[in-house]
Amino acid sequence: MAELTVKKRIVIVIRHAPYGHSMARACVDLALAMGAFEQDFDLLFMGEGVLQLLPHQDAGAIGLKNIGRALSSLPLVDVDAVYVDASALARYGLNEQELVLPTVPVEGDSLHRLLCDCDHLVGC
Amino acid sequence: MIYSLLVNSSPASGHGARTAAAFARELLAAGHTIRRVFFLDAGTFAGSTNAVFPQDEADRLQPWIDLAELQGVELVLCISSALKRGMLDNTEAHRYEREAATIHPAFIISGLGQLVDACAHSDRLVTFGG
Repeated sequence: MAELTVKKRIVIVIRHAPYGHSMARACVDLALAMGAFEQDFDLLFMGEGVLQLLPHQDAGAIGLKNIGRALSSLPLVDVDAVYVDASALARYGLNEQELVLPTVPVEGDSLHRLLCDCDHLVGC
Repeated sequence: MIYSLLVNSSPASGHGARTAAAFARELLAAGHTIRRVFFLDAGTFAGSTNAVFPQDEADRLQPWIDLAELQGVELVLCISSALKRGMLDNTEAHRYEREAATIHPAFIISGLGQLVDACAHSDRLVTFGG
């Protein structure tokens, strides 16, 4: 692998509920890898993906690892910002104060700008 | 322009994987460069050398083999996604004491760092499925 000296601004768009699809875990692993390689990246949680941010997840009950806990370690790898689709929070009755990560709510124009201003959108 | 492709969907479900292979072929025909095709999650099934599809349907594996062997395109299966789906190369089959490799040698198994590298060194990243 070549040296990762070229940095692109990347937004990882997370749209899967935490335990309904293996893509949810793959996406979190990708975010951790981006951090480990010191990339400039943001996360955007949309739709049912916002459920990954719920506190007190008991994944052991279904024999899986806790996605909320993995996400809460992201500030250690310097994620630039964590954005969350405000309309999805409202739909699921979530309060941004109670999530496992500090988040910035976006909707409408601010969501549009976020999606347009990056070099790469990684949808998973 | 330098492209990389991220394939998230299985060749057994939907058309994302098939569209990705066709898109890759057309990119090269148009004179673009492909740095890497990265297969994540169910996308890793694309490398299966054991899958048997109906004879009256399009071949799922051969388009990728052609891209790798005739055009030199790098095809990388995410290791954590691949292993839990039984997608093993010779090294992994040996490491985990399984009877045989299950992926075609046109594909290699590696980590998510290869996707990070692809993002950093491509003008465009195009995602298929997921």
